[in-house]
Amino acid sequence: MIRSRNLLLGGLLCLIVVAGALVSFLWTPYDITVLDIPNKLQTPSLQHPFGTDHFGRDILSMIMIGARTSLAVAIVAVGIGMGIGVPLGLWAASNKGGWIDEIIMRGNDLVFAFPSLVIAILITAVMGASALNAIIAIGIFNIPVFARLTRSGALSLWEREFILAARVAGKSKARISFEHILPNVGNLLIVQGTIQFSLGILAEAGLSYVGLGAQPPIPSWGRMLADAQTMVSFAPHLAMVPGLAIITAVLGLNLMGDGLRDLLDPRIRVVRQ
Amino acid sequence: MTFQGTKLAFASALALCAGLGVAQAQQTDITVALQLEPPHLDPTSAAAGAIDQVLYSNVFEGLTRFMGDGSVVAGLAKSWDISEDNLTYTFHLQDGVTFHDGSAFTADDVKFSLDRARAEDSVNAQKALFEDIASVEVVDPLTVTVTLAQPNGSFLFNLAWGDAVIVAEESIEGIKNAPVGTGAFQFANWVQGDKVELTRNDAYWGDAPALTEVTFKFISDPTAAFAAMMAQDIDAFVSYPAPENLPQFDADPRFQVLRGSSEGETILSTNNALPPLDDVKVRKAIAHAIDRQSIIDGAMFGLGTPIGTHFAPHNPDYVDLTANSAYDPELSKQLLAEAGLPDGFTTTLKLPPPSYARRGGEIVAAQLRAVGIQTEITNLEWAQWLEQVFRGNDFGLTIISHTEPMDIGIYARPDYYFQYDNPTLQELIETLDATTDPAKRSELLQQAQTIISEDYVNGYLFQLAVPTVADARIQGLWENAPTQATDLTGVSWAE
Repeated sequence: MIRSRNLLLGGLLCLIVVAGALVSFLWTPYDITVLDIPNKLQTPSLQHPFGTDHFGRDILSMIMIGARTSLAVAIVAVGIGMGIGVPLGLWAASNKGGWIDEIIMRGNDLVFAFPSLVIAILITAVMGASALNAIIAIGIFNIPVFARLTRSGALSLWEREFILAARVAGKSKARISFEHILPNVGNLLIVQGTIQFSLGILAEAGLSYVGLGAQPPIPSWGRMLADAQTMVSFAPHLAMVPGLAIITAVLGLNLMGDGLRDLLDPRIRVVRQ
Repeated sequence: MTFQGTKLAFASALALCAGLGVAQAQQTDITVALQLEPPHLDPTSAAAGAIDQVLYSNVFEGLTRFMGDGSVVAGLAKSWDISEDNLTYTFHLQDGVTFHDGSAFTADDVKFSLDRARAEDSVNAQKALFEDIASVEVVDPLTVTVTLAQPNGSFLFNLAWGDAVIVAEESIEGIKNAPVGTGAFQFANWVQGDKVELTRNDAYWGDAPALTEVTFKFISDPTAAFAAMMAQDIDAFVSYPAPENLPQFDADPRFQVLRGSSEGETILSTNNALPPLDDVKVRKAIAHAIDRQSIIDGAMFGLGTPIGTHFAPHNPDYVDLTANSAYDPELSKQLLAEAGLPDGFTTTLKLPPPSYARRGGEIVAAQLRAVGIQTEITNLEWAQWLEQVFRGNDFGLTIISHTEPMDIGIYARPDYYFQYDNPTLQELIETLDATTDPAKRSELLQQAQTIISEDYVNGYLFQLAVPTVADARIQGLWENAPTQATDLTGVSWAE
């Protein structure tokens, strides 16, 4: 019961965020490219459920389009991490103890050793601030996470009988990795992917907050927070709304990740039962 | 228990005494916060206004000086005589002036300072101020004559600039870290990244200042500025960075807010050499697409005066040319079509850190978008902005406040970063520089304002206001900023 409640609540929160982002492609309550300065800093009302910002833009519309930015950055960043990290992890596991394994894993350690946000700031500072560079920066730090996870999952699988059978049948290491190992580490990857996804959203918000993420006029939750900073004392809704949006997305993804792990990992299920 | 009680009573008695002590003694120290830290402390070798903001009139003085109302009065020169042909200025220096290191201030120091500033290899940021000087002669220790190559009506004004302060040959070596001047305060300590401390110069030749110790703190983050002010960690913030917080300070009896005017013409600087911005029709279209009042309301929370040319509205020679570029998006679209760009175009908009630029940039971008001009916004740090925009000319549009006083002359410099090249204006500025008759100068200045306004060289947005937030008991702070300075010589705490 507990696990389904997590999954349900997490899924619901994520659904709200995703739905907001998808709807924003077709419709937002107001056009945020048009500034309406006489109506700036309005408190929440029927016309503007979350109020208006310092340029008179509707905050609900900004949050919806901001969700798009957050999700896009996080999806692509996780995609980069998985797309590069998983094959690396499989490759390393199939050469356990070999020099390829050593190079890949020590390379991972190297990336892990740096504080990720600091390096992300460095990358965006050198290559210029933009959503694309934020994606690259966040993506790079997802690579070792997935590589390591895939390798450790794959290592235990390589000991199993069905893999031995496949080897005896004459399949190449690469073919075994993709045909037999990958499907069996899929659960792990999905759970970790959800967690990384939420970290990606946080990282994007962080980078945008310091001005290194998506550039104006593309709305971003992190930049909305930064813009609101000096106005918190008289217009707290400006900071509260994007803050709550970030919490919703991150909490939703984490709950969903927990729920998925409970659902997908047989060992935990046994314990719970 | 009893013991603890006694200790507590004792402690509170002590606290009471301490409190009374503070109330009785007149406060003579002050902590003033500024947004930017100076890169070094030599006002005669860098364009950074942050240096003058700390040192002008406090540590360094010139032959003449600016007052808070923008007037130019005698400084280290007690008086002067000007020859009939307006070419020879004889300065009579103040007697009994010493530098902070004890050496005497004499005519030799004046000659050294002016010759150093106008020398071939001088790194003075405003060499143009001195270019009419033909020679500087020492007559006697307290008299100096300056001969000009041609009459210059603004020579005494030029000498009041922070770039023209008098320095001593003996102490010039260490000026960047330990400046030695003749001012009412002497340099004491500089903790880089944090503060500069000054102490009273007891040997000061003029009226002794009321303050004995001055600390300049550097806080660029608006949120930190708000917190420090509210916690009263600082006594005053000159050029407070977040105009949106001013109503809160207004409402708080602990504080006073001065809303002064500055010499800062805030403009949408345009790269006049970059197609399609080299076409006056395109620049005119940009000018008509901009709604100044929205920018002032949205970016500055109402603080600022609209301008239509590169000139300060409080100057008596100012001409109101805002009508030349009234907000008219329809006309703007029409002009773009005439220029062969009916679908608009795309250009860059590079923004330095101040909020007038960052927020103003978003508003300008939205207004330009409405007429079909797309802008790619890039937010830059100061160093990057100086490198890419100011020195590299790699930009389409940028927003920046030109805070130097009377700087319309920059439009006569085709190599200046917005690259405006108009021989008519260059001739006019040349004539202006050689004219000393006030009525004629006024006429020429007005002509120059009209030319640049009608050529739509840049988008003219608003005159930057300088808000100063200070403890309500402080008196004597400059309200306006006729030059970049924080003159503390006349500042004191009310009883």
